[in-house]
Amino acid sequence: MADSAVPLLTRLHAHEMAAALRRGDFTAGELLDAHLALASRQDERLGAWLFLDGERARAKAREADERLARARTTGPDALAALPALLGIPVALKDLVLTRGQTATAGSRILEGFVSPYDAHIAERLEEAGAVVPGKTNMDEFAMGSSTEHSAWGPTSNPWDLDRVPGGSSGGSAAAVAAYHVPVSIGTDTGGSIRQPAALCGIVGMKPTYGRVSRYGIVAFASSLDQIGPFGRDVRDAALLLQAVAGRDDRDATSAPVPVPDYAAALPASDDEAAASLRGARLGLPRQYFVTGMEPGVEARVRAAVRALESAGAQIVDVDLPHTDYGLATYYIIAPAEASANLARYDGIRYGYSSRAGNVLENYLATRGSGFGAEVKRRIMLGTYALSAGYYDAYYLKAQKVRTLIKKDFDEAFAKVDALVAPTSPTVAFPFAARLTDPVAMYLSDACTLPVNMAGLPGVSIPCGLSEGLPVGLQFIGRAWDESRLFQLARAYEAITADADWRRLEPADLTALDDAEARTPAERLATARA
Amino acid sequence: MVACETSLMNVAEASPLVKYEAVIGIECHVQLRTASKMFCPCSTDFQDDPPNSHTCPVCLGLPGALPVINRVAVEHVLATALALGAEIPEYTRWDRKNYFYPDLPKGYQISQYDLPLSARGRLEFDTSDGQVSVAITRAHLEEDTARLVHEVDSNGKRVSRVDFNRSGVPLMEIVTEPDLRTAEQARRYAEELRMLLMTIGASDAELENGQMRVEANVSLRPWGQEAFGTRVEVKNMNSFRSVERAIGFEIERQARAIDAGERLLQETRGWDDDRGATYTMRSKEYSQDYRYFPEPDLPPLRTDDAWLEGIRARMPELPAARRRRYVEELGLSAYDAAVLVADLDATRLFEAALTADEALPAKRVANWVTGEYLRLAKVAGGEGTVPGPGGGDRNGIGGGGGDGEAAGQPPVSPRELARLVRLVEDGAISGTNAKQVFERHFATREGVDAIVAELGLRQISDVSALEAAVDEVLEANPAAVADVRAGKTQAVGFLTGQVMKATRGQANAAIVQRLFRDRLGA
Repeated sequence: MADSAVPLLTRLHAHEMAAALRRGDFTAGELLDAHLALASRQDERLGAWLFLDGERARAKAREADERLARARTTGPDALAALPALLGIPVALKDLVLTRGQTATAGSRILEGFVSPYDAHIAERLEEAGAVVPGKTNMDEFAMGSSTEHSAWGPTSNPWDLDRVPGGSSGGSAAAVAAYHVPVSIGTDTGGSIRQPAALCGIVGMKPTYGRVSRYGIVAFASSLDQIGPFGRDVRDAALLLQAVAGRDDRDATSAPVPVPDYAAALPASDDEAAASLRGARLGLPRQYFVTGMEPGVEARVRAAVRALESAGAQIVDVDLPHTDYGLATYYIIAPAEASANLARYDGIRYGYSSRAGNVLENYLATRGSGFGAEVKRRIMLGTYALSAGYYDAYYLKAQKVRTLIKKDFDEAFAKVDALVAPTSPTVAFPFAARLTDPVAMYLSDACTLPVNMAGLPGVSIPCGLSEGLPVGLQFIGRAWDESRLFQLARAYEAITADADWRRLEPADLTALDDAEARTPAERLATARA
Repeated sequence: MVACETSLMNVAEASPLVKYEAVIGIECHVQLRTASKMFCPCSTDFQDDPPNSHTCPVCLGLPGALPVINRVAVEHVLATALALGAEIPEYTRWDRKNYFYPDLPKGYQISQYDLPLSARGRLEFDTSDGQVSVAITRAHLEEDTARLVHEVDSNGKRVSRVDFNRSGVPLMEIVTEPDLRTAEQARRYAEELRMLLMTIGASDAELENGQMRVEANVSLRPWGQEAFGTRVEVKNMNSFRSVERAIGFEIERQARAIDAGERLLQETRGWDDDRGATYTMRSKEYSQDYRYFPEPDLPPLRTDDAWLEGIRARMPELPAARRRRYVEELGLSAYDAAVLVADLDATRLFEAALTADEALPAKRVANWVTGEYLRLAKVAGGEGTVPGPGGGDRNGIGGGGGDGEAAGQPPVSPRELARLVRLVEDGAISGTNAKQVFERHFATREGVDAIVAELGLRQISDVSALEAAVDEVLEANPAAVADVRAGKTQAVGFLTGQVMKATRGQANAAIVQRLFRDRLGA
């Protein structure tokens, strides 16, 4: 590790960085510079970032250092009272609005849009003293599972630069996996945090719907979108969720449910964490081992389940009979909501405008060339599903099935504390492998999107490698039970602390420093050809 | 009920209503009286402010913006529902109405589709054909659009500008069943609705500045036919008078067209007040598909009993009940009651004056308010005229306010009005002088007693004080005295006049007259 091109500083977990900052081992400015240096040096080959704003980040780092210095002179209590993320670099998916910065949501139609306001979570991170180096790449309007649908080019997976990082929060996941930041923010509408976390070998949490305010987050599907953290360990993910979770009066769907101290509830020692598994009742939903699941992935997940069982967890087979309808209903509800949410991009007030002819011509030209093919496909799907004469057969019926999917989970949670399942049926797939087959792409989210349909929390953590690529294990919990999911995930970390695969790092990190290596766009082009 | 002069028969002879029955339904959009917009904290008080000065991410439809329900707006609709005797469902929700237009920043309007805040109400009012009862289909809450300004720029190019100040202002839409049959009924419905909304404080509901927008669906069918004729929507009626004129015009236009064998188009027509005619705005041959679906950004809203009870408890007396009380309990004429209730300031003045002196006869106070007060207020040029019943041009004056509280100082103090009526009742001041005092008070708000004292108008009713003056006049006018003695009793009037003159009008004429008759044995 010492020989690696990656500076040691960036190898730390966020909670280790926080402790070091308090000890004065290094400054927030040094910490930021190490990350910025790495990101600006490597990103041509990784494609995780849409922009880096070093100047603004350095100003934030200076403020953090001043707060640290003041606290240090005041005493240990003042240092302990500082927010956990003070001085910690946090990447934001490019659909989080930050005042004075661009936010494109991966779309050409938002080209040039500079937000005049901060998202709720941007305000919260600012208060926490987090340092945002920039924003990360994503599938356009979060529609996709590979980040190939970004208008600004694809992102590579640090484990294999010829493969996708997953999506839609692929940039945020790749940036964390490649040590460009310790933690990052993503959004998850059907799996867009958990699936890239699985494919990049990191931790990703989709909280309960309503846990984090959506105010200032570019909307994809309002009843499904949730904001959540990526980290390289469970504690870091918990710290970042802590910083952004809670009721916000500006989002009527954000819930007035108290937010527990997630990190404090995590045992410090591996032994203690592992011990918490004793007596835990975990449901194994048979429907999540879907057709098309790679044998290597299934093997890793089943091995993980056995490990949990050996550590004292009780594994119960459960049925979620409506799982099979999840994909079909999701692809009615999400596009329907998106068709309305994306109507505001009309070339009149902000972003890209064709400035063509009359009002109608301008609408057609702006939206025709401002949106990418996948976004247009979903707008059409959604518009169709909501049209007179089709509404009852599609949208209304999908909502009814959604209720049944929720009921499945309710019944399962009457018997178990949480569910354990695969996150993604496959490991990271090569560029272009699913671009021409939308349904194959949609199947990437078969194990994650029912959780969004039910509004429940889910976390994905690494559980080993298949064919040299990371496999994700998913825990799904009752509403508002993120704390239990973090504890389970932490326990799994503890019981696999000595596993060989834990010591492996993304295979292609060195290639990122090879100035001769191809860019993600070139790799995608080659794969397409 | 005092009706307007034209009798139904006169109308009928010249009217298309001999052959056809007009079927009219009214849709009103009313801007609600709230400090902030429907879904964001922006102020609604932008009347004279520059364009786009009352905006935020929410009402501009920026990415990431989310709506939050304005509770006061919901309460206004609930109060309206209670006032209309409408049903209020336990749960209500919002829906997205999808269409593209530059005045609609999100590309959808947040409205209510199949679960409106209220349904099935009723509004009753008097017309020259008697009392009419209109079924209210529904009242729901939605947001207003931005305002488009069409102009020609410096290069002579036609451009449209968008002012988002109005974007997101709370709008209540109130829809009637097609229960109305004449243009007058339609006008009266709109007037009565406005009165109701002003009384409960839901809206200032000025037609002239778009706070209340009346749209009428008008169709004709031969008498006795059940099926509706082709429906035409009429818009741009910016006063009660134009509501009546536009619908009257449309009835005649449709009748002529049917008589001429033309096919009527289902369309939206605008009213041109100057030309006194409607014109085609757009065809409605193809109904637009708005793709309504439940607004996922807003959870359903529960209208629990405690909330409704609170609104009910705060509800002021409604116009119909008030008119009934004025007639039945206070003994006012139906006409006076209607005129008083049609004007919130007049109602307030009347009620407060009666409260100030409960012993006053209500009828006397009412006469002062409906007579002198409304006359002076009209001269003073009050805004927002609300015509009285049965006649479109008999205007009461609606003051600025409308929330039942102190909204703008009325020019007349109720206490002073009560004092004035008391002075007249007690014979301390003559009726003629009292009008002079009232005018002065209206202009200056000085106290009545001070004005009476300053102008020396206090009536002398003390017999001993008047006897001296009577004796003087008797002595100075022997000819008149002789006339009376000779049986020409009219001369008493002349003699009384002399006393009035001598006392500068302060003498109580009735007492003076009695003294003369006693002295002269007339």
